[in-house]
Amino acid sequence: MSDLVEIRWHARGGQGAKTASALLAESAMSAGKFVQGFPEYGPERMGAPILAFNRIGDEPITIHSNVEEPDVVMVLDPTLIGPVDVTEGLKDNGILLVNTSQSPAEVKQKIGKDVKVATVDASAISLATIGRDIPNTPMMGALLKLVSILPFEKFLETVKEDLTRKFHGRMNIVEGNLMAMRRAYEEVQVG
Amino acid sequence: MANEQRLAAMTGNEAVAHALRQIDPDVIAAYPITPQTDIVQYYSQFVSDGLVKTEMVTVESEHSAMSATIGASAAGARAMTATSSQGLALMWEMLHIASGYRLPIVMPVVNRALSGPINIHCDHSDTMGALTTGWIQIYAESAQEAYDNAIQAVRIAEDPRVLLPTMVCDDGFITSHGIENVSLLPDEVVKGFVGEYKPSKFLLNISDPVTVGPLVLPDYYTELKFQQAEAMKAAKQVILEVAEEYAKISGRKYGLFEEYKMDDAERVVVVLSSAAGTAKAVVNQLRAKGEKVGLLKPRVLRPFPAEELVAALSGAKAVAVMDRAETFSTQGGQLFTELRAAFYDAPKRPLMRGYVFGLGGRDTTVREIGKVFEDLRGDLERGSVSEKYTHLDVRV
Repeated sequence: MSDLVEIRWHARGGQGAKTASALLAESAMSAGKFVQGFPEYGPERMGAPILAFNRIGDEPITIHSNVEEPDVVMVLDPTLIGPVDVTEGLKDNGILLVNTSQSPAEVKQKIGKDVKVATVDASAISLATIGRDIPNTPMMGALLKLVSILPFEKFLETVKEDLTRKFHGRMNIVEGNLMAMRRAYEEVQVG
Repeated sequence: MANEQRLAAMTGNEAVAHALRQIDPDVIAAYPITPQTDIVQYYSQFVSDGLVKTEMVTVESEHSAMSATIGASAAGARAMTATSSQGLALMWEMLHIASGYRLPIVMPVVNRALSGPINIHCDHSDTMGALTTGWIQIYAESAQEAYDNAIQAVRIAEDPRVLLPTMVCDDGFITSHGIENVSLLPDEVVKGFVGEYKPSKFLLNISDPVTVGPLVLPDYYTELKFQQAEAMKAAKQVILEVAEEYAKISGRKYGLFEEYKMDDAERVVVVLSSAAGTAKAVVNQLRAKGEKVGLLKPRVLRPFPAEELVAALSGAKAVAVMDRAETFSTQGGQLFTELRAAFYDAPKRPLMRGYVFGLGGRDTTVREIGKVFEDLRGDLERGSVSEKYTHLDVRV
């Protein structure tokens, strides 16, 4: 089970963390992985801090609790850093990936902990490629750069199939999302 | 000779909805309730898309859902419904009527805590309260098992030796809303497995008229209840036979319970449903350190496989039974007290303690189950149980 990657998403209600954890699970499954994707169901108010989770591995996954010690923490909304302890339980060699225009060093200073930080301006990327601030898909692109869950091109293929089905073939949206993922994959900075 | 199966990433509710679609019952009468809602929602989509021939009856309450399902089943239809929590509670009097009339209704129940206070999350207080309603109860650890159990339940309930309604239970949100890998059988394979429903007696058969639901006074009531109890006994064998046949089409094996790394296990946790999966991860971690630990996951609670469970636990030295519902008997959870009672006549009894855990959706983690195995270690070293029954992860 050493290949198991556990991910925790921090976002605000409405930013698409639940959708992203579902899409990541579906696409990783299509690429041959064992997966889980689930949110923490609470009062799902727009704008309230929410959590979602993924487990991705090469063997069947039987754990059915929230991810307590993530390998990767994904923060869709940087304003959550501070009000929420986003590094809680993060493994020693884990990575904190934040959607922000700031550098990893700036985020690290804000957190005040010696953790590995990666940043990508997923909001700016999604505005440029999809035309709306929906940072969840570019964040997945950045994730794939940081952890070798799947070969990136193979992952993009399965995401393309999944999104084509979801958006009933509206290819401008699908292509925008794929472009966003490519850009985030290229632009993510690790500090 | 397992079939070519379609691998999908889907929630437990979607998987159960697909099982129902493949079964394509004559009638589904249902009322939506969180966290069961998706099942009914997906199914109504299947009806609208013309993928099933089912007559779908949208009713005004769960009492009516069960009443309409009973009416359809008595008339001769293969009839199903699905519910959770308060919905199951509202069905209560009708649950006894379904079983008392010997109607082979199959009902997915997505386990959710009963109010009050209101809570929409998982525990087993809904179906644990229904253990005495005369329904067969089968529990699933995962979305895959929820799918597989729903299909098998049709054959179990409709077997002429059984003719009892059957609940197939899975954990609210954890299983019902979590996405995981599921293998779906081809539609025609499921249809072939469940077969066409041919009831021997039914209301709409005018060439062999019968009465359903007459007044039965002291002269016959006892005999009817005795027959129900005998049918429940017979169900145990039928459940095993159906599981064996299902393994042939699916490659997935089921029994009355699952034994996980039990061969030389001295310390054993007994727990149902999704928490059993988490317990497997704990067992793996402890086994890697050379500890003799195991898991026993009951699948079938009605009929209660008492002799089989005692035999399976005969080698254990310390056992922890975890219940996801309170009984307020002050003596521990339902599974704990029933399993203890089953050991009354056993020549060798392990140390046994009970936990009530995971109420109202409280997350049950690897760490918490690890503590349970630690408690068992303490009991073994002491030679006695430190506390007969406790609540796991509680602030007092």
